[in-house]
Amino acid sequence: MRPVRQSVRAPIRAIAAGVLLAAALNAPSAGIARDKKVEDAAVKAARDFDKNPYPSTYKPYPSAPTALLHATVFDGAGARIDNGTVLLDGGKVVAVGGPDLAVPEGYARIDATGRFVTPGIIDAHSHLGVYPSPAVEGHSDGNEMTDPTTPNVWAEHSVWPQDPGFSRALANGGVTALEVLPGSGNLMGGRAVTLKNVASRTVQGMKFPGAPYSLKMACGENPKRVYGSKGRIPSTRMGNFAVDRETWIKAQEYRRKRDEGKLESRDLGMETLAGVLDGEILIQNHCYKAEEMALVIDMSKEFGYHVSAFHHAVEAYKIGDLLKQNDICSAVWADWWGFKMEAYDAIPENAGLLYKAGACVVIHSDDENGIQRLNQEAAKAQGDARRAGIDIPDAEVIRWLTLNPAKAIGIDKQTGSLTPGKMADVVLWNGNPLSVYSRPDKVWIDGALMFDAADPKHRPVSDFELGQNGEGDVK
Amino acid sequence: MSPRTLTASLAALLAASAAPALAQGLGTSWAVTNAHLVIGDGSAPIDHGTVVVRAGKVVAAGAGIAVPADLPVIDAQGKWVTPGLVVAVTDLGLVDVGAVDESNDADAAKSPFSAALDIAPAINPAAQPIAVSRAAGVTRAAVAPLSTAAIFEGQGAVIDLGADPHAVTAARAFQYIELGEGGAQLAGGSRISAVAELRNALGEARELAAAPAAPRRDDVLLTRSDAAALVPVVTGRQPLYIHVERAADIRMALALKAEFAAIKLVIVGASEGWMVAGELAAAGVPVLATPLTDLPASFEKLGATQSNVGRMAKAGVKVALGAFFDQPRYAPQYAGNLVALSRVPGATGLSWDKAFAAISSGPAEAMGMGGQLGSLRAGRAGDVVIWDGDPLELQTGVVRVFIDGVEQPLSNHQTRLRDRYATPTEGALPKAYDW
Repeated sequence: MRPVRQSVRAPIRAIAAGVLLAAALNAPSAGIARDKKVEDAAVKAARDFDKNPYPSTYKPYPSAPTALLHATVFDGAGARIDNGTVLLDGGKVVAVGGPDLAVPEGYARIDATGRFVTPGIIDAHSHLGVYPSPAVEGHSDGNEMTDPTTPNVWAEHSVWPQDPGFSRALANGGVTALEVLPGSGNLMGGRAVTLKNVASRTVQGMKFPGAPYSLKMACGENPKRVYGSKGRIPSTRMGNFAVDRETWIKAQEYRRKRDEGKLESRDLGMETLAGVLDGEILIQNHCYKAEEMALVIDMSKEFGYHVSAFHHAVEAYKIGDLLKQNDICSAVWADWWGFKMEAYDAIPENAGLLYKAGACVVIHSDDENGIQRLNQEAAKAQGDARRAGIDIPDAEVIRWLTLNPAKAIGIDKQTGSLTPGKMADVVLWNGNPLSVYSRPDKVWIDGALMFDAADPKHRPVSDFELGQNGEGDVK
Repeated sequence: MSPRTLTASLAALLAASAAPALAQGLGTSWAVTNAHLVIGDGSAPIDHGTVVVRAGKVVAAGAGIAVPADLPVIDAQGKWVTPGLVVAVTDLGLVDVGAVDESNDADAAKSPFSAALDIAPAINPAAQPIAVSRAAGVTRAAVAPLSTAAIFEGQGAVIDLGADPHAVTAARAFQYIELGEGGAQLAGGSRISAVAELRNALGEARELAAAPAAPRRDDVLLTRSDAAALVPVVTGRQPLYIHVERAADIRMALALKAEFAAIKLVIVGASEGWMVAGELAAAGVPVLATPLTDLPASFEKLGATQSNVGRMAKAGVKVALGAFFDQPRYAPQYAGNLVALSRVPGATGLSWDKAFAAISSGPAEAMGMGGQLGSLRAGRAGDVVIWDGDPLELQTGVVRVFIDGVEQPLSNHQTRLRDRYATPTEGALPKAYDW
């Protein structure tokens, strides 16, 4: 879907540039030409701004050629290989095969008999860093609840890299990449940031190279509660949609002016929204209920964007067919239920019914504890599906934690499956990851060993934990 | 079994278990044979085990037990059979939907009373959270606390999750106190004021206990009702649950015993319990520990680790799981994780047998009700669950549930939605006609 929109966009840009050029050539006098020059600089700034002003400085850490042998391999794309071999070199997956796959010279060989290998787990919905531990007021940086639309804020400007939660997600959850989103207090909460789960002094040192941006949107109870309680729009679901639509109308107008070279200054929020309409920025839409999701789908068509995933989509099972038709992933918990009105119809068979409908399933956490057990959440959903008559192979369930979230946040070309040439983001589990009794033994990110259960010093400890009770403990 | 036959048998089973006729047919006296039997007291599972329940109570459970000829027999066909799960410290029965204030009786912050508040009359046996938890194998719960304006969070109740109007097993089963960071905020902003409030309140209760008919001092802070409610606490007739997390706060709670020797203390939470495990063990104080806390979520949990429960158990603390303020049906997953830890280098977990006890007999014993429920030892309530696999494993589900010997319906709002939306597309008529 995105490439289609880009191809539509390209001619519009070309026309706009032509109009500009013609205007410059026809300038009647020197004085006007000088003004025009100033105006051109403003137009240029508004149109040709740096789209990546806080670039990733992440570089893969040192790695050695590594062969994992005799493992049960789930490749993240739905395949299972028994007695499998996985070769990692140069930070990439080199090859995946059976016992007959030759191991080149110079590879460190790890006998993984009885153990399991998966791609690194990916959480498409986390607030690590923006709502870090300890959860004190001074750390509460995830929700800019001063206006119902804040597409101008970027989660990366709130991320605290020293959140101890990152290390727990790595060591207990095998999480190698995650999207950190602003909260859901606003209809448009701001840009999300995709991170490699590597410890770093800076946010830029964690940023996933080449990952697209996402805009977090939210339906339902949260925005209308937050702003209704302040006595302003939105205080209802219809208010939610009104504000969304008015904002998209402005964004369309902004984009048209941009393409016509008529912008006079930059607008951070509009740049994000125009980026969505350009198909460069993905939409991650917090939305619980079936009828609201169906309305959002129509809204996205009204304004010409695509929802990449509905998050917390507890009622997605009611509209699995619609979600499949519109190529929208559902990022869901396994069985959270009943904590608020819009979660009252959540059922533990949600993921299974979506799978049965052929729709894209993502298991997400939204939680600093849940992110440590995404594999367990998926396994619970698998069991509930089985009892509802839907048998889902383990290798397909693993896709809910790897390739599907990678797709939802736009990094599936780089990671999410054990495909040769992709990033060597890999977890070696001490048993089947869909068993409650299994935990990560080793985790590699871009081929570098970043966690080793057998080596206490091979475990990240955040600045915050130094010199305090439990520093470096097994956690 | 093909998915289709599985669905069919599931539907048949649901229909059967939802029918009161079946429960009445079976009555409260029956036996389960050929079970992979878990007694729930920390002992190892028994193959080909038998459970005999008569008049709603366990008569015998184990291997080689003869089934009385007059009892109907359920052949478990080798399935896992366990006592029902016991979850301590939950809001089951007080809440329909957490964020819907009108449906939520767990918040009484504007009440003039605190310690006197008695949860039992508000328990709603028909609340969906009870039905959902029952379908997941939870049969008993200790319900608490209320959110009040004081550190005293009210008198909790022990309930069963049966589909009948009589939910309360024991009313006013314990008093619940919030210390630590939460208690400090409630008591005026500091742990110092929380301790002062607690000592004063227990003192007022002691005075009242000594002279129930005498006029009270004119500088008392507690209402008479609240002070009277604390009399069974200071006299040791009603257990006192204290929620604390950090090591120093656990010591603060244990120190109460020096001044009020009769108090029957239970520690709730205890994220840093492993740091004071020796003292907890020596005091013989039971702990209802939050299972998997491993983040410094607050400054009172800096030492949190998933190995907390395992380390306390190893040190001889009477520790069980509880106080996970989300869904009681997560108890088996939490227990399973503690088993997982026993395979992680440097971590301390529990054996499978001890982990299961930590969600059955363990909480029952902490509640002082180990003789009545929580295991399948003779004399306990006939709370029995048949599972389709290892109950601590993630894919396992519940097949049948009995409470006080009565077979329970397993359908609820969620299962009805599941059935309606087995295929999302609508047929000749809208989904609303499909029920």
